[in-house]
Amino acid sequence: MTTSTTTGQDATGPDANGRDTNGRDTNGPFEPADKGSLASPAAPNVTAADDPFGQDALPAPPGATGALLRSLLKIRRGRVALAALLLLLQQAASQAGPLIVAYAIDRGVPAFRDGDNGPLYAVGAGYLICALGSGAFQYAFIRVSARVNQDVLLDLRGRIFRHAQALSLDFHERYTSGRLISRSTTDVESLRELLGEGLQELIGVVLAFVYISAMLLYLDVGIGSLAVFSFVPLYLLVRVYQRRAGVVFGRRSTAIAAVIVKFAETMNGIRPVQAFRRERANDADFHALNHRHERNNGDALLEMARYVIGSRFVANTAVAAIVLWAAYRVADGTLALGVLAAAVLYLRRLYDPIDRLGMFLNSYQSAAASMEKIAGLLAQTPSVPEASDPRTLPALTGEFPGREAVFDGVSFAYRTGGEVLPRFELTIPAGQTVAVVGSTGAGKSTLAKLLARFYDPTEGRILLDGVDLRELDTPELRRGVVMVTQEAFLFSGTVAENIALGRPDASREDIERAAKAIGAHEFISGLPDGYDTDVRKRGGRISAGQRQLVAFARALLANPAVLILDEATSSLDIPGERAVQRAMDTVLHGRTAVIIAHRLSTVEIADRVLVMEHGRIVEDGTPKDLIAGTGRFAGLHQAWRDSLA
Amino acid sequence: MSETHAATKDRSSVRSLLRLWPYVRPVRVRLFSAAFVAIVASCLGLVFPLVLKWMVDGPVADRDTGGIWLGALLLLVLGIVEAVLFGFRRWLVARPLAGVEAAMRADLYRHLQRLPVAFHDRWPSGQLLSRGTTDLMLLRMFLAFPLTFLLVNATTILVGFLILLMQDWSLGLVLMIPVVPLVILCSFFESRFALVARRAQDQVGDLTTVVEEGVLGIRIIKGFGRHRSQSLAFRALTRRLRETELEKARLLAGIWAVIMAIPELAIAAALVLGTIQVADGGLSTGTLVAFLSTALALRWPVESIGFLLAMSQESATATERFFEVMDVQEEKDVREGDAPGHASGHEPEGGGGLRFEGVSFRYPDAEAGSTPVLERIDLHIEPGETMAVVGATGSGKTTLTALVPRLHEVTAGRITLDGEDIALMPRERLRELVSVAFEEPTLFSATVGENVLMGAEAADEDALRRALDVAQAGFVEDLPQGTGTEVGEQGHSLSGGQRQRLALARAVVGRPRFLVLDDPLSALDVHTEALVEAALRQVLRETTALVVAHRPSTVLLADRVALISGGRVAAVGTHQELLRSSEEYAWLMSGAERDPGSAAGSESGSETASGAVEESIR
Repeated sequence: MTTSTTTGQDATGPDANGRDTNGRDTNGPFEPADKGSLASPAAPNVTAADDPFGQDALPAPPGATGALLRSLLKIRRGRVALAALLLLLQQAASQAGPLIVAYAIDRGVPAFRDGDNGPLYAVGAGYLICALGSGAFQYAFIRVSARVNQDVLLDLRGRIFRHAQALSLDFHERYTSGRLISRSTTDVESLRELLGEGLQELIGVVLAFVYISAMLLYLDVGIGSLAVFSFVPLYLLVRVYQRRAGVVFGRRSTAIAAVIVKFAETMNGIRPVQAFRRERANDADFHALNHRHERNNGDALLEMARYVIGSRFVANTAVAAIVLWAAYRVADGTLALGVLAAAVLYLRRLYDPIDRLGMFLNSYQSAAASMEKIAGLLAQTPSVPEASDPRTLPALTGEFPGREAVFDGVSFAYRTGGEVLPRFELTIPAGQTVAVVGSTGAGKSTLAKLLARFYDPTEGRILLDGVDLRELDTPELRRGVVMVTQEAFLFSGTVAENIALGRPDASREDIERAAKAIGAHEFISGLPDGYDTDVRKRGGRISAGQRQLVAFARALLANPAVLILDEATSSLDIPGERAVQRAMDTVLHGRTAVIIAHRLSTVEIADRVLVMEHGRIVEDGTPKDLIAGTGRFAGLHQAWRDSLA
Repeated sequence: MSETHAATKDRSSVRSLLRLWPYVRPVRVRLFSAAFVAIVASCLGLVFPLVLKWMVDGPVADRDTGGIWLGALLLLVLGIVEAVLFGFRRWLVARPLAGVEAAMRADLYRHLQRLPVAFHDRWPSGQLLSRGTTDLMLLRMFLAFPLTFLLVNATTILVGFLILLMQDWSLGLVLMIPVVPLVILCSFFESRFALVARRAQDQVGDLTTVVEEGVLGIRIIKGFGRHRSQSLAFRALTRRLRETELEKARLLAGIWAVIMAIPELAIAAALVLGTIQVADGGLSTGTLVAFLSTALALRWPVESIGFLLAMSQESATATERFFEVMDVQEEKDVREGDAPGHASGHEPEGGGGLRFEGVSFRYPDAEAGSTPVLERIDLHIEPGETMAVVGATGSGKTTLTALVPRLHEVTAGRITLDGEDIALMPRERLRELVSVAFEEPTLFSATVGENVLMGAEAADEDALRRALDVAQAGFVEDLPQGTGTEVGEQGHSLSGGQRQRLALARAVVGRPRFLVLDDPLSALDVHTEALVEAALRQVLRETTALVVAHRPSTVLLADRVALISGGRVAAVGTHQELLRSSEEYAWLMSGAERDPGSAAGSESGSETASGAVEESIR
C-alpha cells in the first residue's frame, strides 16, 4: 500500500527497510557471488578481476542512465506535465486549510460579531472546496501518474526483453541467467516502486515544503524565514543519513544476495546435499551468512532510528522557537492571533513528512542503481546483428531441401582474444551428411555454432547457397539452418506446444508425425494427457532422454535446409539412439546435415567425417576410407567398437 | 476500535499471525516496551495543542512574557522527549526484529534441507526462496510497524477524541461523524484491492517465468529464430499486467480521494461551527486552535488504519506461506512402528551386501490406485559385487537408485545393507555407508577440491588425488588454481563431461562400502570413457555397487545385470546370459532385432526373466 502524502507521525511507513531488502542494489537475487571465472574450453579465458561481467558492472556510456530515463518519459511529456500540474493543484488545495483557519479567526469572528455572515460563508465554502478539491485532484493525479508509470514500465520491460533476446550467445554465456532475470524483475521492480510511490511522495514532500514555506512567508516574513532557516540543519541531516544509509544498505543487499545464492543453490541441489550429508555443514555456512545479514539489517534499522531522533529534534525545536517568537509578537500586538494559529497548524504539517524523506531517498538511490545496471545492459551491442538489408535465399532448384554450405576463409577468436578456429576453408555440398568428431575443446561446437550463426566469424564468411549468413533476416536464416543442442530445455506449456516451437503453424497431425518419426510418440502417448500434458507439472519426471526426443521432434518439424545436431543424443539409450538414426536416414535424405557426436554410431549414417583437433580439421573423408586407414579416426573407431563388446 | 475490526474482518488471519508467537517470545519484553513507548510518544503529541491553547488563552492574551517563555520551554521539552522516545522505540526493536527475521530464515533453511526429495520435486526453488526472503521481510516490517501502530493509533485516536470531546463535546461529535463511513469505505476498497493486488502478483510471476525461460532457453529460441513469438508472448503478458496495475491504481485513487476529502469536510464543519461559537463567546480562540490542531494530529492515525490493516492482511498471508512449508513433516529418521530391536529378527536370512526385498515404490503425490513406478523388486547384490541396472527410458532405473540412500522412501518392502534394514538406520549413518553419483552432476559454488571432498569428511589430500585420478579429472590441474579453483553458478563454467567426472570423483573419494552410480559416463567421449572404466574397475572391486547403464561398455563394469522393465525386475544374469536369454535386453544393448512398439516382445522377455530372477536369488 502507499503511505499518506501529507501527514504522518512517525510515518515511516513500512520501516524504510523492506523497500530495497529485495536485494536489488548491487546484486539481484539468484546471482552468484562471482568468485572467479574458470578457464574452461567452452568459455573465453578471462580473469574475474578485469572482467566487467565478473563484477556485474557492464560499462554504460556516461549519462546513459539519464538518457534512458529521458527517452522513456519523452514521448509521454504531455501526461507527465499533466501529472505534475495535478499534484501542484492537489497540494495547493490541501495546504490552504490553515490559511482559512487564520481568516476565520481574524476576520470571520469579528465580522460575525458585527452581524456579517459573509466571511463565515466564505470560510465554509472555501474549506469545502479545498477538501473536495484535494480529494478530486488526488484521484486524478493517481490515475494519470499510474498511466505514465505503467507505460514506462511496459516500455522498459519490453526493451530489456527484446534486447536480451537480440544479444548473441557469447553474451548470454558470460552474463549468467540469474543476472538477466534479476535485471528484468527486481531492477524493474525498484523503478516501479520509485515511480509508483516514492517519486510521488518525494515530489509531494518537496512541494509541501515549498508551499508551506511560501504560506508562512506570506503570513509573516519573520516566521517564514525562521521556518526556512530550519531547513538547513534538516538538509544536513538528510545528507548525512543518505550517505551513511547508502553504505549500510549496500552492505545489506550484498549480504542478502549471498544468503539468496546459498539458499537457491541448496534447494536446487537437494539430492546431492542430502546424499552427501551436507545439512549440518550447510546450516553452519548459512548461519554465518544469515548472521552477517542480520547485523547489517540491524545497522540499517538503527541508522533510521538515528535519523528519526535527529530530524524530530530539529523539527520540535524549531516549532518551540517559532511559537515562542510568534507568541511574543502576538503579546506585543505586532502579530495577529489568527496568524499564530495558522503558523502553528502549518508547522505541524511542515515537519510531519521528514521521516519519510529518508526512506524515499533510499528508494531513489536503489532505483538509480538499478537503472544504471539496466542502462549497462541496454548499451551492449549484439555481436551478431540482424541484417540491415536482408536478402532471401535463392529458390530451391531440385526436389531436395538441402543447400550448400561454404566456410570461406573463416577464422574465429573470442572477443577477449584466444583463437579457437584458425583460418580454414570447407565446403559441404547440398544434401551431404557430415559427422564431426574430436575430443572436447577441439572446436566442433564452435564450427557448428558458426554455421548456425550463433556467432559470426572473426574473418571470412559463411555462405548458404552463395548468400552470406549475415545478409539473411532471422526467419529466412532459420528456414535455412536449425541447430539442436545437447541441453534439451522445455518451455512451460504442453508437449505439443514444445514441439510446435519448430514451426508454430504446424497442425496436430504434423506434430504427431514428427514425434512418431523420431520414436517419441510412444512415451508422449503414455503421459497423463498425452500431447496436451503440461511439461512443468510433470517436467521433473520427463527424463533427460525423453526431453532430447522432444527437442528432436521440434527440429524435424522445422524442416530446415541445413540441420545441425550438437551432441543431441547423449542422454538417449541405445534403442532411442537407433530409432533416431533410423529416422534420420529418411529425414536427412537430401538435406544437408552436420552431426557432432561422441558416440560414433552416428557416424555410420554419415557421408563424410571430419576429425578436428585443436581447432583444425585434421582428417576429412568417407567413414569407410577413414576406418580403413591408420589415422586418428581409425583409432577412435576401433576403441568404440571395443566398447560395444 | 481497530483491533476488533481486524478480528471480525478475518479471524483466521489473526490466528495465522498468532503462530508467530514462538519467534516473538524471546523478544517480547523489548517489543512490548517499544509499543508502550510509542503510545506515550504518540500521546505526548496530543499534549502539544493543549500547551498551545494554554499559551493563547493565558500568557498571550495577558501579555505575560514569563508565561510565554514557560510555554515555549514546555513545548521544547515535550519535543525533545518525543524525539527521544521515537528513537528509543526504534532502538529497542531494531536488533531484536532483525534477529527474529534471521531466526525464522535459519529455521526455514534448516527445515527445508531435511524435507524429502519428493517435496522438493513439487516445489520450485523460486517459491521457497520468496518465502525465505520477501515474506520474512514483510513479517519483520509487520512486527515493527502495523502490529505496534494498530495499538498505538487506536489508543491515540481514543485519547484524541477524549481530548476533543472534553474541550467541546459538540465539535468533537462533528469530527467523529466521518469515522464510520471511512472505516466502511476503506474496508470495502481494501477487500477489492486485495483481490486485484493478488492478481497482479500472479501475473508478475507469469512474466518472470517467460523471462526466465527466454533466458534459459535462449539457444533454442535462437536456434529456431523464435524471438518474435517470444516477444509477442511477453508483450501480451506485460499488457495484461499493465491493465491490472491500472485497475489497482483506480481503486487506490478512490481510497485516497475518500480518505483525504471526508475528514477535511468534517474539519470544515467544525471550523464554521467553532468560529460561530468563538464569535458568540461560547468558545475561546485558544480552544478552537487547539481543537483544530488536535483534529489535524488525529488525521494520520485515522488514515493509516486502512493500510495498516492491509499490511496485516499481507503479513497474515506471508505467515501462512511460511508455515505452509514449516508444517510439512520432516522425514522420520527411523520408520515408525518398527522398533530398532525388532529388526535384528530379520537379520540371519538376509546375509551381506545390498538386498531389495519386495520393494515397491509410488511417488507420494501419485494417485492411490495408480500403477507403482517400481513393483515387487527383489534383488540381491553380494558384498563386493557390482550390479548393472538396465532398462528402457522411463522404466524406473533412476528411481530405484534414489531408494538406496533414502532420497525416496519405499512404499512397500524393504532394502537391507549387510542385513540391516535401511528404514531402521539413522539417515546420517546410511548415507555415510552409501555414496551416489547422479545422472545430473550438480556441483556447488565452492572450490573443485571442496566439491569432491563433500563425499567424505575424513578424506585427505591423497584421497582427493586418488579420486580425481579414478575419474580421469586431470583437467583440474590446468585450471587457474588447480583444485583450489572456484566453480561458478552450479558448476556451469565447466563442460558437462568435466562436471560428470567431478561428480564421479565425489562419489568414490570416501571409499564407500556401497556405491550407487546413475549412468556415470554418459557425457564422456569414447577415449575418456575407456580410461575411466579401467580406473573404476579397481574401485568397484572393493565395494558393493549398483550402476545404472545405458551402454554395453558401462554394463561390462558389472558382474551381473538386472533388467528392469515396466517397474519390475524382468531378468537377472551376466551380460552374456541376458544377451542370449532376453530379447528386450539384446534390443536395449544393440538397438536392433526388435520392433520397438511390440508389447508381446516385452511380455515374453519378462517370462524368460522370472526364471533368471529365481536363479539369481538362490
